[in-house]
Amino acid sequence: MRIYDDIFSSRLMLGTARYPSPQILRQAILASGAEIVTVSLRREAAGERAGQKFWDLIRETGVKVLPNTAGCHSVREAVTTAEMAREVFGTNWIKLEVIGDADTLQPDLFGLVEATRILSAEGFQVLAYTTEDLVAADRLVEAGAQVLMPWGSPIGSARGLNNVYGLRAMRARFPDLTLIVDAGIGVPSHAARAMELGYDGVLLSSAVALAGDPVAMARAFRLSVEAGRLAFEADPLLPRDMAEPSTPVLGRAMLGGAVSS
Amino acid sequence: MKVTVIGAGVAGLSAALTLAERGAAVTLYERSESLGDAAASFLAGGMLAPFCEAESADASIVAPGLAAIDWWADRVPGVMRNGTLVVAPVRDAGEIARFGRRTSSAQSLDAAGVDALEPDLAGRFWQGLHFPAEAHLDPRIALGALADRMRALGGTIHFGSNVQPEAAMGDTVIDCRGFVGDDSELRSVRGEMLILRTHEIHLARPVRLLHPRMPVYVVPRAGGLFMVGATMIESAASGGPTLRAAVELMNAAYALHPAFAEAEVLEMKAGRRPAFPDNLPRVTRSGRIVSVNGLYRHGFLLAPDCAAKAADLAFGAQPREEIAA
Repeated sequence: MRIYDDIFSSRLMLGTARYPSPQILRQAILASGAEIVTVSLRREAAGERAGQKFWDLIRETGVKVLPNTAGCHSVREAVTTAEMAREVFGTNWIKLEVIGDADTLQPDLFGLVEATRILSAEGFQVLAYTTEDLVAADRLVEAGAQVLMPWGSPIGSARGLNNVYGLRAMRARFPDLTLIVDAGIGVPSHAARAMELGYDGVLLSSAVALAGDPVAMARAFRLSVEAGRLAFEADPLLPRDMAEPSTPVLGRAMLGGAVSS
Repeated sequence: MKVTVIGAGVAGLSAALTLAERGAAVTLYERSESLGDAAASFLAGGMLAPFCEAESADASIVAPGLAAIDWWADRVPGVMRNGTLVVAPVRDAGEIARFGRRTSSAQSLDAAGVDALEPDLAGRFWQGLHFPAEAHLDPRIALGALADRMRALGGTIHFGSNVQPEAAMGDTVIDCRGFVGDDSELRSVRGEMLILRTHEIHLARPVRLLHPRMPVYVVPRAGGLFMVGATMIESAASGGPTLRAAVELMNAAYALHPAFAEAEVLEMKAGRRPAFPDNLPRVTRSGRIVSVNGLYRHGFLLAPDCAAKAADLAFGAQPREEIAA
């Protein structure tokens, strides 16, 4: 999976909030095989390095940190948070969220495009949390985003892929862009489905953090993401309108063109 | 035996009293000028809710947490054994089932069951969970009562005394200072809380309102007071509550009952909970210094158990099987 200039072998990215404890978070990261985790700066930093101890615990796992602008409701807030994140974490990566609706946490696509343009000009490498809207995706790419992260469904809803058609269309429109399904993943089959559609990766958080056994669930997601990717690369059989025999059938009566086997 | 305890939060006061009860001559030093000024436990909810806490905490907290209810009831006034009520907004009713699966000892309630327990919530929730074995207390009354009992057993408390463990007198020094140590594993989990006053509604027990993003609780206290808490933020920032936290806590209280809209806001504060990576407390000895730290959000729940372990170490006994460490 390519994120700007870096290639990663794991296609699963994890959020770090709401685990029962940092220790369980650490174990879950290891069990997931994730090489990238996201960290929210908005509530933890408060203008100083107040969350340093928690971040150090995450860094000890050796994963790469992708700071996000979760909880930002305006362009200005998101840009300021990204700038702070660059300073604190020493990375140009930013998972850019501009929230447009406080209830569904749906992205504000207009603000997102604007913030992407500003941050790209400042040298940031933007991973944009967006919807499956193709026009918005075009604008984000024009604005400089090289990684798009369409939602599966609203953040934390665990509803899976709400619009498979839209996600498939997005993959088809941007065959060479890194596309990662972010948000709404509830169970491993959701993640496998996203990978089967040809997505480069999956980012999820509460599906693991709030599971009864986060470490076991992290492993389940690791396996499902690997399975989905393998299936995609293996060129899966697509649904057909007719049954078809898997071996030629000789010596059997064929009635009305249908074959029984 | 002479013992010095440093830090008069819930950990230090519990340890001091436990040692005094076992016959030690105890001197307690506290850097702040009066009880609770600098203690996270002064801002606590005072819920003695081991089953509810085990929803996200390690199961090892349940046994010492249950024992703590008796420990407090034997020593301080106002321990209410009315259980805990757990409810969720109608839209998030699925959270009740999830909470029930992750916990034990709950009774499922329908709308009539919720109404019977808390008549002032009648008609507001269609289902809930009741944890009848749980209890709650008023932390400020409880800490004061511990101090009184410890003095009655011959102990002394010195406020405004910034004593270092290495320089302290005594056969054993119990270090209950929380953040002043330099333990690299200890971190701060910030919590923000409100105290409201209204006589329009009455609750007999703590009510936890489940919400996918922001679970909160409302704990009733004497005199129409309600403690609303608490945020959980990975931050060492020591300033006052953020507007966001205040709004979320107020919204939650309002969601529980609209009458809270008319409540008087008496207090809005933020504290820092010391926590280790597994969010469980540690009682350790190094020479004559015994450290009690990392009580996280379980100060009142686990301080009695930590105090017993600290006293065991002070008296040279082998510590009991480490339940919480």
